[in-house]
Amino acid sequence: MTEPNKVLATFQVNGEPHEVAFVPHKTLLEVLREEMTLTGTKHGCELGECGTCTVQVDGTPVLSCLVLAVDAVGKNVQTVEGLACGSDLAPLQDCMADLGAAQCGYCTPGILMAADALLKDNVRPTRDEIKEALAGNLCRCTGYLKIFEAIELAAARMRGEDAEPSKESIYGS
Amino acid sequence: MLRLPPFTYHTPKNAVDAVRIAKEYGREAMYVAGGTDLYPNMKRRHQTPAQVISLRDVPELHSMEVLEDGRLQIGAMVTLTTLEFYPHLKAHYAGFAHAVREISTPLLRNMGTIGGNLLLDTRCSYYDQSHEWRESIDFCMKSKADAICWVAPGSPRCWAVQSSDSVPIICAMEAEIELAGVDGMRTIKGDDLYQDDGIQYLTKKPEELLTKITLPAPGNWKASYLKLRRRDTYDFPVLGVGACLWFAADGTIEKANVRLGGAGSYAMPATKTEELLVGKKLTDELIAEAGAAAMKPARTMDNTDLDVYWRKKVAPIYVARALKACR
Ligand SMILES: Cc1cc2nc3c(=O)[nH]c(=O)nc-3n(C[C@H](O)[C@H](O)[C@H](O)COP(=O)(O)OP(=O)(O)OC[C@H]3O[C@@H](n4cnc5c(N)ncnc54)[C@H](O)[C@@H]3O)c2cc1C
Ligand code: SF4
Ligand code: FES
Ligand code: FES
Repeated sequence: MTEPNKVLATFQVNGEPHEVAFVPHKTLLEVLREEMTLTGTKHGCELGECGTCTVQVDGTPVLSCLVLAVDAVGKNVQTVEGLACGSDLAPLQDCMADLGAAQCGYCTPGILMAADALLKDNVRPTRDEIKEALAGNLCRCTGYLKIFEAIELAAARMRGEDAEPSKESIYGS
Repeated sequence: MLRLPPFTYHTPKNAVDAVRIAKEYGREAMYVAGGTDLYPNMKRRHQTPAQVISLRDVPELHSMEVLEDGRLQIGAMVTLTTLEFYPHLKAHYAGFAHAVREISTPLLRNMGTIGGNLLLDTRCSYYDQSHEWRESIDFCMKSKADAICWVAPGSPRCWAVQSSDSVPIICAMEAEIELAGVDGMRTIKGDDLYQDDGIQYLTKKPEELLTKITLPAPGNWKASYLKLRRRDTYDFPVLGVGACLWFAADGTIEKANVRLGGAGSYAMPATKTEELLVGKKLTDELIAEAGAAAMKPARTMDNTDLDVYWRKKVAPIYVARALKACR
């Protein structure tokens, strides 16, 4: 089959319009990274098996490697680039950095987008709720514990609590 | 990057148009719902439809409704997440709600639909691999008609495994499936949608659209689902037991359906187990005996995760636990 014609469409990504031309069989992941140069969203397995490509579409975390870009036209797409405000990191990013919850960092954009969606719905998630929300995001480095602690710390700070990481989180027990 | 092969994307606005497009293009066309099974398969070149018909804009497939007689009708495009958090399901169909929650991951459940789950392709360790991997073994019968089956090289058929978590319990509950074809609609029992073949695992015509699934009204029955897998997330079932028991007022079992997923190319009935249960009360002794009788039908082959003999050996334990959950 010959390559189909490109379509022209405007995407809303992180609140900004992006007009791009792309072939209709491209995934949202391909269009974000290759047409909009938003390379914060990572590609890993590209088969739904790792979660590093997680973005939010109308607030719902989904895998951009399995969503067609045409299906995201007219929707509100949030990627990791939209979390920080200028040079100010979001509390979730701050806490992940402070607690060493990112090592190689490859899973981090996906984890951030899944965790951000959780905290928008649930300001006081239990450890089990956090585990469940991240059950589609693999991390090969951290063993997850630091990630869970960082999300708990961020949730507390976002509730306005004057929370500090526990000594064990930073120095180990 | 693993990329999708090129295709023309159709977005019909109603079921009639969807079926018409599917019929027009025949073998070239495939429906897509959430794409969480089809797109990975297309990236690995298992399927390369030149025409992809999306069901996203077909409104009648997105609805969910409790009918006057108490049955629950679910549109094929309802996502697994929507089902998981639907209070009516938790309250009246706890076994089915549990099965839905056991599927894949929360992110995939946000995208995947119940219709797509019911029609999930069968799976096999020699098939669910990259194109290059499969090319290196010169493929197998499921993707190339004249190739052999690597699991059973002398076999004339494919033994790929029924791997959907909703199918065993849907069949056990005798849920109804509504299909739209070129000649109109028809309704069949869950069991009748499937057949014992790893390649032709569905009985429906390719252009037939799955529109709705209808669960029986709550009543004198209880259903359960129990899944065996390596990790508590992501993994497909290597054994999935769906059970549904109908009870008389005094607790005697009037009817029993037990289906084994992950153990063959369709959700196989554990017939001996069912026979043992009927006419008796669900005592611990009966549960153990009925569980043990499921060892034989669990026709495990060495084409999924986990050891093949061990999978067969634990089938009685899983069946017994599923029966216990019907109490
Ligand atoms: C990493 C990973 C893990 C997974 N784990 C599990 C698991 O544990 N258990 C499990 O059951 N599944 C699992 N899945 C498979 C899949 O996510 C689910 O089965 C999902 O419900 C499929 O639904 P879908 O809407 O995405 O289907 P699609 O991919 O859109 O479609 C699947 C098939 O059904 C056809 N189809 C879809 N809807 C219709 C319709 N209405 N009428 C006619 N034909 C239709 C399509 O043509 C295609 O052949 C997993 C997938 C991945 C990628
Ligand atoms: S059971 Fe045999 S023919 Fe079927 S997918 Fe596996 S190796 Fe291929
Ligand atoms: S790249 Fe999308 S899930 Fe791995
Ligand atoms: S930090 Fe390396 S994969 Fe998670």
